[in-house]
Amino acid sequence: MSDTATAVDVKPIVKGRNLVKTFGHVVGLNHADLDLFPGEVLAVIGDNGAGKSTLIKCFSGAHVPEAGTMEVDGRPVHFRSTNDARAAGIETVFQTLAVSPALDIATNLFLGRELRKPGPLGQFFRMMDKKQMRTQAAQQLSDLGISTMQDITQAVETLSGGQRQAVAVARAAAFGSKVIILDEPTAALGVRESARVLQLIHDLREKGMPVILISHNMPQVFEIADRIHVQRLGRRAAVVTPQSHTANDAVAIMTGAVQVPEEEQQLGPVR
Amino acid sequence: MSSTVTPDVGAVDLSSEFDQPSGIVAKIQAILHRYPYLSPLTVLILAMIVFTMLNERFILATNLSLMTQQAVIVGTLAIAQTLIILTAGIDLSIGAVMVFGQMMMANMAAQGASNVANFGLPSALAIIIGIAIATLAGAFNGFLIVRLKLPPFIVTLGTLSVFTALTLIFFKARTIQGGELPDFMRFMGTTPFKIGSFQVMTGVLAMLGLYALFSYILRNTSWGTHIYAVGDDPEAAELSGINTDRVLFSVYTVSGLIMGIAAWITIGRVGSASPNVAPDINLDTITAVVIGGTSLFGGRGTMIGTLLGAMIVVVVQNGLALAGYDQAPRVLAVGLLVIAAVSLDQWIRKVKA
Repeated sequence: MSDTATAVDVKPIVKGRNLVKTFGHVVGLNHADLDLFPGEVLAVIGDNGAGKSTLIKCFSGAHVPEAGTMEVDGRPVHFRSTNDARAAGIETVFQTLAVSPALDIATNLFLGRELRKPGPLGQFFRMMDKKQMRTQAAQQLSDLGISTMQDITQAVETLSGGQRQAVAVARAAAFGSKVIILDEPTAALGVRESARVLQLIHDLREKGMPVILISHNMPQVFEIADRIHVQRLGRRAAVVTPQSHTANDAVAIMTGAVQVPEEEQQLGPVR
Repeated sequence: MSSTVTPDVGAVDLSSEFDQPSGIVAKIQAILHRYPYLSPLTVLILAMIVFTMLNERFILATNLSLMTQQAVIVGTLAIAQTLIILTAGIDLSIGAVMVFGQMMMANMAAQGASNVANFGLPSALAIIIGIAIATLAGAFNGFLIVRLKLPPFIVTLGTLSVFTALTLIFFKARTIQGGELPDFMRFMGTTPFKIGSFQVMTGVLAMLGLYALFSYILRNTSWGTHIYAVGDDPEAAELSGINTDRVLFSVYTVSGLIMGIAAWITIGRVGSASPNVAPDINLDTITAVVIGGTSLFGGRGTMIGTLLGAMIVVVVQNGLALAGYDQAPRVLAVGLLVIAAVSLDQWIRKVKA
């Protein structure tokens, strides 16, 4: 049904259909759909409880949907853990960032997938290749234009909020991932740091990395998104673009005041 | 399109945010944050200087070697306690598990007039059985904590009683005397060589070997890193793809193994196997870990710090005794040290760049 608008021959890199997830009596997702096309920034907006976070947590492996199908690159996937999602190329920057404050930047970047030394040192003595991890971490940060963060062995808790966010984004972008999901990346940040994170998202798109961005911040969403997925009552209410609709329209869709006919939506890719 | 998304803050100079805080106090705080074992090291050196001034016999090689022997039981068990506290847990059953393993291996190997068990197994086999039992006991703690999702404090408070009772049920309250034990059971208590008049005990060497091993593991392996991550923020660790349940279970199991080795060392150090060998050992291990700079909130601390912490406790006790103080002031001094160590930890944790 929703595939009718996909006239252009571009396949979604991430696709979800009829996803259902309940928490006891609370319905998180009620047959929700999602499409992410290559190279785009898809913003997911919606009121509190609309199922934004639940939806993306299905794709990051933190939730297992009870019904529905998910596909990555056209192949069906069933994520049981964040590791499964990562293996399929989906990296998530969670709202809580999921960084370990007491550990240093390099260790955090490689947490859960540490590199081991080659040869017997790594094989029999299980020795990590700290030098290699630090080199790669520094490289990754400078690729993202955060090279001023010089001391890679600094504990994350000594960093500012924006810098921690940068570490979390760098970790997501570091491992040849196909898709990056960002959950409320600027919610806890000041103006200057938010700008920095937006710049990071922009840079990711310039590199052709598709991004799903969950945000409450309408001006931000309209500034950076290619398409805007509006979530309402556990399902996809509409997909619009910053060109076709205004922020006020989007709020109206979020609250259910306005319904958008399918032909006015942007269900297919914009570029 | 870049014009639409590039807000005009341009090149944010993040480097300014990395400047170290000025002032000598903030500098000390930052250094201690990075090298937490420096504070116990300073305390140990200062204490040794003060006690040497109070009584020069303190620094004699014979007294120094005596102190290493006095530290060996607490020191070995504190390795297990450090691993557990790093995961933000605590183990109150450490002494009970060690004694259970100790009585198991001693009764298995005992020859002679034992009225409880008189298996007379070869020492090596008896030791393996004792260590295996202690490992199982640790795994049991880990199972309860991971599967039943109970707080470690409650679980180990319960198993403290369980293992104490099992020891009494199986082995009565009877002490196995040294004469009933084969030589190899008491191997850890031998002093194979001297450096000057400093007697090196096998058990102390074993303890130092374990410290080196687990220091390496914590610093250089993925498992070690995951222990810190789980203690620091379990939710973040889980989202980072770490199987936190598996890490916790393995930590309690490995700790049980260390308690089993400590049981063998204890028999060597004491020369016999008694169920009442170390009544205060649980709290003593926690004291050593805390004085050694490991945070009770998990996620930060070092093995070398714990070794220093165990030595500090022995040095203070021994030094005050040589200076003519009796038991009460010695206990008081250790208590004050613990409070000072935890206050220092709280202060260090507040460091921000």
